[in-house]
Amino acid sequence: MKRYSAFAIAREAARHHTGWDRAWRDAQPKKKYDVIIVGAGGHGLATAFYLGKNFGITNVAILEKGWLGGGNTGRNTTIIRSNYLQDPSAAIYEKSRSLYETMSQDLNYNVMFSPRGVIMLAQTQHEVRGYLRTAHANALQGVKTEFIGPARVKELVPIINIDGPRYPVLGGLYQARGGTARHDAVAWGYARACSDMGMDVIQRCEVTGVRTEGGKVTGVDTSRGPIDCDKLGGVVAGHSGHLCDMAGFRLPIESVALQALVSEPIKPCMDVVVMANTVHGYMSQSDKGEMVIGGGTDGYNNYTQRGSFHHIEETVRALVETFPMVSRLKMLRQWGGIVDVTGDRSPILSKTPVEGMFINCGWGTGGFKAIPGSGWAMAELMAKGHSPLTDEFSMHRFREGKFIDESVAAGVAH
Amino acid sequence: MLILTCPCCGVTGEETEFHAGGEAHLKRFGPGSSEDQFEEYLFMRENPKGVHFERWRHVNGCGKWFHAARNTMTLEVYGTYSAQTHTPPQDLRDRISEKVPGWSWREFQ
Repeated sequence: MKRYSAFAIAREAARHHTGWDRAWRDAQPKKKYDVIIVGAGGHGLATAFYLGKNFGITNVAILEKGWLGGGNTGRNTTIIRSNYLQDPSAAIYEKSRSLYETMSQDLNYNVMFSPRGVIMLAQTQHEVRGYLRTAHANALQGVKTEFIGPARVKELVPIINIDGPRYPVLGGLYQARGGTARHDAVAWGYARACSDMGMDVIQRCEVTGVRTEGGKVTGVDTSRGPIDCDKLGGVVAGHSGHLCDMAGFRLPIESVALQALVSEPIKPCMDVVVMANTVHGYMSQSDKGEMVIGGGTDGYNNYTQRGSFHHIEETVRALVETFPMVSRLKMLRQWGGIVDVTGDRSPILSKTPVEGMFINCGWGTGGFKAIPGSGWAMAELMAKGHSPLTDEFSMHRFREGKFIDESVAAGVAH
Repeated sequence: MLILTCPCCGVTGEETEFHAGGEAHLKRFGPGSSEDQFEEYLFMRENPKGVHFERWRHVNGCGKWFHAARNTMTLEVYGTYSAQTHTPPQDLRDRISEKVPGWSWREFQ
């Protein structure tokens, strides 16, 4: 792999850009791999990358039914933060956030990580108490956050209306090292690094069956023929239930649509990410100048990657009240993704009833921020059989009542 | 935008008039049940790609609960029926079979 650098750009500029390589090989499936990862989104590619980097396992295939990063990796609002309440969540999300800090250098690929700060607005007394509790929990967990008053919110976000009328801003939970990154670049950077280690990233290869023998996984059937493997990792977000159905067990997951939209590009007006969870809306400004907007999920099971129009109206209505200037913006694009939501709104990184098969799913509405940490932990789980980061996230925690309850605690618009 | 007909009051409305209530025909388990049964009842869900039976409430209308048969891949609503039943009516299942041959959902097909 040729390294990307300022020198490389100058060299290629001098020869009409004829020397650039493909970022990753267009691999054909082999008969057998040590490890197969199903799903070439951010989480799947990160899992493969850390299997190679941390454990030297490089006979790996990453299978993708569509195109690389075409699912939720390319459909989210790119927010990165780690201000969760529960200890296991804070551990894996903070690991993830810290890996984002050096990801561009680690992958030699500019993922445009921008630690511009994330504010979660407190707009009711209940939220004030909740976020104070989270700020205290974060202090104990070693996650740097602080609770700030309305005047500081206004100073950081001049376009905000802090006076209400329905929901005045009473303060906010501020994580200064939270921010955003370029979502496609995260997938592309990992894919390039995986390919460079000799792994096969195979696109347009849909898994149609999971083959087992005596309760142990032996391979998968795909649209491009059967492929054998010793270990199988299912990292397919909204389609996890479908994959596990092929393997013969069930998951405590429901798949619903979550939508996002962007406005026309405007001049820089907001250099932090603002989440308003009481009114269900969050917004940041991309480097192109578009206001990137997200809201809550639809209420019913859905696999169509499109959601209900009235949810967009609710989200925009909430944001117009909080940021009056957005009422004049035209919206350019709107899209939906299928998110996999668990009963306690926390992910599942777990062994399964099928020996040798592992799953990483249930990230629900907040998976992008977790990509590197999730991959790091999942790789350790698959290589060693356990990981301190995933111990609490077993799929069996529901029957044991050991929830990692972030459904209200995370304060996220689910 | 889904369009549903409430079988209780007969009104047809857009989904904003209704509220989704999750999977239908769950078997409820009480004290004395095993951990497996509790887990199945409280957390495990069918979550199919295709035909799905689910509960809805006519919140901005008569307020009653009812059941709907819907496709999660196409968003087509096959029909709605009373909540006072343990099984989807046979004529509805026949209608679904015409459109999706070989479908199955839990013990129904």
